[in-house]
Amino acid sequence: MNIANLKLAFRVLARRKVFTAISLVGITLTLVVLMVATAILDNIFAAGKPESNLDRMLFVTVVGRYSKDMSQTSQPGYGFLQKTIRDLPGAERYAYFTQLQTAVIYSGAQRIETQMKRVMPSYWQILDFHFIEGAPFTAADDAADRPVAVITDALRDKVLGPGPAVGRTINLGGQKYRIAGVVSRVPITRMSAYAEVWVPIGAVTAELQRATIGEYNGLVLAHSRDDFPALKREFNTRVANYTTADDRPGMETRSGLDTAFEALARPMLNNPANTDAGLVLRTIFVTLALIFMTLPALNLVTLNLSRILERAPEIGVRKAFGAPKRTLIAQFVTENVILTLLGGALGFIFTIIALAALNHTSFIPEAQFNVNARVFGYGMLIAIFFGVFSGFYPAWKMARLNPVNALRGGAL
Amino acid sequence: MITLNNIDKVYRTERVETLALQNINLDIADGEFVSIMGPSGCGKSTLLNLIGLLDKPTKGKLLLDGTHINGAGDRSLAKMRNEKLGFVFQSFHLVPDLTVLDNVEIPLLYRKIAAGERKKLALAALDRVGLSSRVHHFPTQLSGGQQQRVAIARAIVGKPRIVLADEPTGNLDSAMGDEIMGILQELNEKDGTTVVMVTHDDRFAQQTGRTIRLFDGRQVA
Repeated sequence: MNIANLKLAFRVLARRKVFTAISLVGITLTLVVLMVATAILDNIFAAGKPESNLDRMLFVTVVGRYSKDMSQTSQPGYGFLQKTIRDLPGAERYAYFTQLQTAVIYSGAQRIETQMKRVMPSYWQILDFHFIEGAPFTAADDAADRPVAVITDALRDKVLGPGPAVGRTINLGGQKYRIAGVVSRVPITRMSAYAEVWVPIGAVTAELQRATIGEYNGLVLAHSRDDFPALKREFNTRVANYTTADDRPGMETRSGLDTAFEALARPMLNNPANTDAGLVLRTIFVTLALIFMTLPALNLVTLNLSRILERAPEIGVRKAFGAPKRTLIAQFVTENVILTLLGGALGFIFTIIALAALNHTSFIPEAQFNVNARVFGYGMLIAIFFGVFSGFYPAWKMARLNPVNALRGGAL
Repeated sequence: MITLNNIDKVYRTERVETLALQNINLDIADGEFVSIMGPSGCGKSTLLNLIGLLDKPTKGKLLLDGTHINGAGDRSLAKMRNEKLGFVFQSFHLVPDLTVLDNVEIPLLYRKIAAGERKKLALAALDRVGLSSRVHHFPTQLSGGQQQRVAIARAIVGKPRIVLADEPTGNLDSAMGDEIMGILQELNEKDGTTVVMVTHDDRFAQQTGRTIRLFDGRQVA
């Protein structure tokens, strides 16, 4: 791409204002939707406080039990996690935590519904919450079954009002809990971290110790991602050998030690087997994005085809003076990519506005979506892909024009 | 330089077959100035398009500078057009979105020439046609005669051995036509460039070295 062609691309866009405006509206809308989706996915799957170690974290979120006459899929139970991820060789730490539970706080005459997680003390060492005051509860608190809690600043303000909260108590479901620490609010997209109040798992009953299915998630922190294959292998071996006293004959257990993305994919695809659920979901996401891009891309293709005739003499001249088809295709695709990059730049601005609006509403609790360099990079890649995707066919048709017909302003 | 042996050109549509050129035999030597004349629709422009490698003959052999072009692919035809040929069209065909300088640089874009060198060559070509003062103008800001001079600068900027001009004076008044004819003659005489020109104007045809006359697709003189 030389400067002359670059200048031409901008002049063509400036000269054909209606075409440029219509195209830009379509491109910008498409890219805003895709960039907002990218920003949300980035906020879920990229490391960020308190999931700063997300790249080294593995999860057990689903377990399946199968025999000839029954099948059952659920979240893992405490007993299952004890037998499968406790002291996995090569793991730096492990923890269990419950799925979100709705708990009620009574504050005077007020009844406040809140989202709670029961967590092991090691949970606080894997996730790096920002403690505004106090500290997490300890292994000693857990062992002694002390009613202690960590709450978010948002919940503190709601229940106790602003000001120091550590040492004060809250009435959680009829039981008084002493506040050990207050953390900054957590966005719901940080799935392993999100809650408003965290309390210890507490006394582990014999029934809990035996439970294969239950309400827990397992969390393993590896020393590095390179350890993932070995950790997964060992986990799979443990699952294959997993039995309980009341197993029916031929009972088989399936589960997976997953990255954050795989952990989302596995329950969505109802797939507790050890296949690559992450790859399947990634393929689904990419396919959806492509389908979503197809309609505006076809619209742009049609607009581009309609302006071929307008530029036919130029194509004829370029061919007459020695432009090979490949060079012409490159020129017209580049023009289209410039148009989509302009749409990308506008889309980027509107994405920032849309995310700010999303953060401002309570549609997604504690949403903290933002556009970082990575989201910007993905956005530009999407714009370039969209430009090539929608520009290639018209460019190919343009380049195939017979030069004599083209010079006459001819037909395709 | 240019050899055509038993050339036929047939245009086919679903219903009609039109014989545009029939049994054309022609030799144009290096450095000749040849005009092609004939009534409208006799095949003059078709013949020029074949010589310019913009179209392919239906039958017969075409040699350009000793090279058979019949079986040549898109890339080699494009290369030959770029290196050996320059075109001047009746309606100028300047790209309206480009300045005069950028228009003249077009043939050089398809060669490996640095931007600075391209500009130098384009300015020299524009100087030669007397348009140095209009390099940053757009085509619509120029008169017809000036636009055709830009078109000639574009045709000669790559120093081709052959310039093909399709009624270059057709859209101009006689004074401007004389001016353009003068430039083409100078190209032929001073640089030894082979010029093949389609014209309706007998006055300009008489100023060329040889005139080929066509009638109903046949060569009659």
